[in-house]
Amino acid sequence: MAHLASEFAGIKSPNPFWLASAPPTDKEYNVRRAYEAGWGGVVWKTLGSEGPPVVNVNGPRYGAIWGGDRRLLGLNNIELITDRPLRQNLREIKSVKRDYPDRALVVSLMVPCEEEAWKAILPVVEETGADGVELNFGCPHGMAERGMGSAVGQVPEYVEMVTRWCKASTRMPVIVKLTPNITSILGPATAALKGGADAVSLINTINSITAVDLDAMAPEPTIDGKGTHGGYCGPAVKPIALNMVAEIARNPETAKLPISGIGGVTTWRDAAEFLALGAGNVQVCTAAMTYGFRVVEEMKSGLSQWMGEKGYASVDQVVGRAVPNVTDWQYLNLNYVTKARIDQDACIKCGRCYAACEDTSHQAIAMSGDRTFTVKDEDCVACNLCVNVCPVENCITMVEMPKGQTDPRTGQVVGGYVNWTTHPNNPGATCAAE
Amino acid sequence: MSNTHRTPGVVPGRLAAGAYAENFSDKVPPLDPHEAAVAADRCYFCYDAPCTRACPTAIDIPMFIRQIAAGRPEAAARTIFDRNILGGMCARVCPTEQLCEAVCVREAAEGQPVEIGRLQRFATDALMAGGSHPYARAASTGRRVAVVGAGPAGLACAHRLATRGHDVVLFDAREKPGGLNEYGIAAYKAADGFARREVEWLIGIGGITIENGRALGRDLTLDALRADYDAVFLGIGLAGVNALRAEGEDKGHVRDAVDFIAELRQSTDLSKLPVGRDVVVIGGGMTAVDAAVQSKLLGAENVTIVYRRDRAQMSASEAERNQAAAKGVRIITGAAPVRIIGNGAVREVEFAYTRDEGGSLAMTAETFHLRADQLFKAIGQTLDGAPEGLALSGRKIAVTGPGRTSLAGVWAGGDCAAGGDDLTVTAVAEGRDAAEDIHASLIG
Ligand SMILES: Cc1cc2nc3c(=O)[nH]c(=O)nc-3n(C[C@H](O)[C@H](O)[C@H](O)COP(=O)(O)OP(=O)(O)OC[C@H]3O[C@@H](n4cnc5c(N)ncnc54)[C@H](O)[C@@H]3O)c2cc1C
Ligand SMILES: Cc1cc2nc3c(=O)[nH]c(=O)nc-3n(C[C@H](O)[C@H](O)[C@H](O)COP(=O)(O)O)c2cc1C
Ligand code: SF4
Repeated sequence: MAHLASEFAGIKSPNPFWLASAPPTDKEYNVRRAYEAGWGGVVWKTLGSEGPPVVNVNGPRYGAIWGGDRRLLGLNNIELITDRPLRQNLREIKSVKRDYPDRALVVSLMVPCEEEAWKAILPVVEETGADGVELNFGCPHGMAERGMGSAVGQVPEYVEMVTRWCKASTRMPVIVKLTPNITSILGPATAALKGGADAVSLINTINSITAVDLDAMAPEPTIDGKGTHGGYCGPAVKPIALNMVAEIARNPETAKLPISGIGGVTTWRDAAEFLALGAGNVQVCTAAMTYGFRVVEEMKSGLSQWMGEKGYASVDQVVGRAVPNVTDWQYLNLNYVTKARIDQDACIKCGRCYAACEDTSHQAIAMSGDRTFTVKDEDCVACNLCVNVCPVENCITMVEMPKGQTDPRTGQVVGGYVNWTTHPNNPGATCAAE
Repeated sequence: MSNTHRTPGVVPGRLAAGAYAENFSDKVPPLDPHEAAVAADRCYFCYDAPCTRACPTAIDIPMFIRQIAAGRPEAAARTIFDRNILGGMCARVCPTEQLCEAVCVREAAEGQPVEIGRLQRFATDALMAGGSHPYARAASTGRRVAVVGAGPAGLACAHRLATRGHDVVLFDAREKPGGLNEYGIAAYKAADGFARREVEWLIGIGGITIENGRALGRDLTLDALRADYDAVFLGIGLAGVNALRAEGEDKGHVRDAVDFIAELRQSTDLSKLPVGRDVVVIGGGMTAVDAAVQSKLLGAENVTIVYRRDRAQMSASEAERNQAAAKGVRIITGAAPVRIIGNGAVREVEFAYTRDEGGSLAMTAETFHLRADQLFKAIGQTLDGAPEGLALSGRKIAVTGPGRTSLAGVWAGGDCAAGGDDLTVTAVAEGRDAAEDIHASLIG
């Protein structure tokens, strides 16, 4: 079993799986049980300033979309930060941390955008023995209307300013949690770096309406006839999160900034993908909310087994491995030729590839009278759609055409690496090899 | 009543009072909405779907399943009824394991087809529960068509003609319409009077007058019908039965299985229906299996099917044979009856093993006896009472294309017509297609 021990922004934990700041980490009862189940760390549900706590709507608070067999694919919520008194949370944090010294315990914070407010809360958190703080600049609903959460996270200047205040007022590591509800993640990420952040974590939830109640004519979840946008998370957001993590990891200015990857981590494989794209650890919310705390067992054993098979001795060796292979479109090899291949033994003859290619792509699949489906190499552009719609995994694969062979589609011999920057069709092409 | 499984003779009430309702309720229970959602989710929405091709009525199966998955079972039912107005009955009685479900790609993928039949029932039940009839008639054409036989073929034909604006008179020799849906199909496949409800719902289209107790050949002549109507459709099924040709066939409690089944289907109190302790059924088809299984369900102690050829040649499907075996019916193959023994009523039957001699079957000298206090003959139905002057093909009415007979203005379909399997769904397809051809000939 490969070694899963993790150190993230100076915070140690026995494995890289943390629970994200959310209902699973809302109170002592949950966090103790999460640690018992094997989670490496938690980010405590976001705390607000001293005084009367925020008030949540009674509910419904969640909306969802489902895939086949009602598998939960996306969850949306309109919850706020903790609605329990600050002092009670702090007491509980202290007690849990004392009993689980080896686990990471980071406290998420969101207070008004004033230096005094941050200066007031940081020492009391420090006093609990917590390992670090995470600044919640991401919550897209409710708190944003009050000038907090994503209202701060969407303005890089604020991100930098608040981060700087915090760094000046605490010795604890400061993680800045980013909102995806922006046009480029590099703005706030760079701002966090400039403010002195020890790390960033992303993504928080995405503005969303999951469904409309067509009888009530109102968005869901519907509260007394009205609805509002919520924050979207779960498996559906993973591709968005992966891209944002990779953008930060491959940007020279932010490349060294530790990243806690969040968004749709559901199995060990999702976690491995975040790590490969540069995340130092991962945080999980929806998977735990869907299946309970025990999912971490599968995540840990799966990651460890895979690392063992690949010969990675530690999590560090995985982090960022795929980053050098994330590039811009213009650098992709235009001479790389593959063709779809259908494994006739695995084929169940549903014809979905045929419908997809014939109706919407390149008319590159032939269908015989006995429902044998074959790829016409002379028409296949290798778009991969057939692979994606085929219900049988690995039935259709993309087979590379070796250099020197003639692509029957273009009539051209497969050559070496050529990209758009030097392509003759590109008006802005720089002359190659001169 | 104090009769039991072991009471000798042919007696009623072998079971406890409550057992009848349980034994004769739905064999395959309906799906609830959650089960239907899970089942529908398994459909891949295949291109040029094999299931649709395997369905004799060519129902757009992937489309109706998608409509169920999208929460619109009534729309799904419309998709079904557009092709098969008896989609409700077919959902219950079709041997799906030999038709649509046999070719489901999920069958290839994981040996477990999408449950097309049950989903079809889910959709059709949902629409029919609404009570109203989903189709409107086209403007009246003023044309009148006589349909003889109110079985699946005649009903499908009449309905399609009615939607096209023709007026239909549906004649049937029996007391009730429905044909074998009403008198033949196993009780547990069409529980709760479904055959009757379906006919009532179907004629909700309007323009169809049913005249029961009117037999062609007895009360009606084909010549008169041809003279009085613009077209005639014959869907008279197979009203005759084959003879056993074994010594002693005239003994008491030796009966045609179809008669026993019809009596069972019409019984309002199954505890009053007598059945033997030792029942022997001769035959190898659906009728033999249904007679055997239902005898068992009525409380017979020992039920044996004896078929003269080998298992693979039985026309009852493997699923049906397995179902019979699961109910405790014993199946003996490769044996034929030579003598029915008994003093007045049957007491035992002597069988000889058979041998295949270059395609034809010969009796061997090796024999055995089976105890029997009731013997059912299920050795095939035949065309009976077809009007003179119609060309036959083999022992059925010869047809070309969509049911055209040798007589102008006369169409035929269903079991009585040559070609196609003797199945409810095939009868529906043939009745429907003949109706379209009649329509074209009347309008064109
Ligand atoms: C016991 C049994 C079980 C079966 N089980 C199944 C099953 O599970 N699944 C399946 O798909 N198929 C089954 N079948 C076959 C199926 O029932 C028939 O293929 C189907 O009913 C044929 O329809 P039809 O309209 O051609 O004939 P029928 O259903 O036989 O209807 C013919 C109608 O014509 C009437 N008629 C006959 N002669 C005259 C006349 N001279 N004048 C006026 N009316 C007349 C009859 O009264 C009857 O109402 C079964 C058959 C039997 C016998
Ligand atoms: C009900 C709910 C409440 C949440 N509350 C917070 C919060 O208080 N603070 C915070 O930083 N993120 C909050 N989040 C966002 C999660 O921490 C996480 O960033 C997001 O759900 C994406 O991860 P996932 O796809 O694993 O769920 C909340 C998410 C959910 C579902
Ligand atoms: S890869 Fe694209 S173009 Fe090629 S066969 Fe598949 S769907 Fe058609």
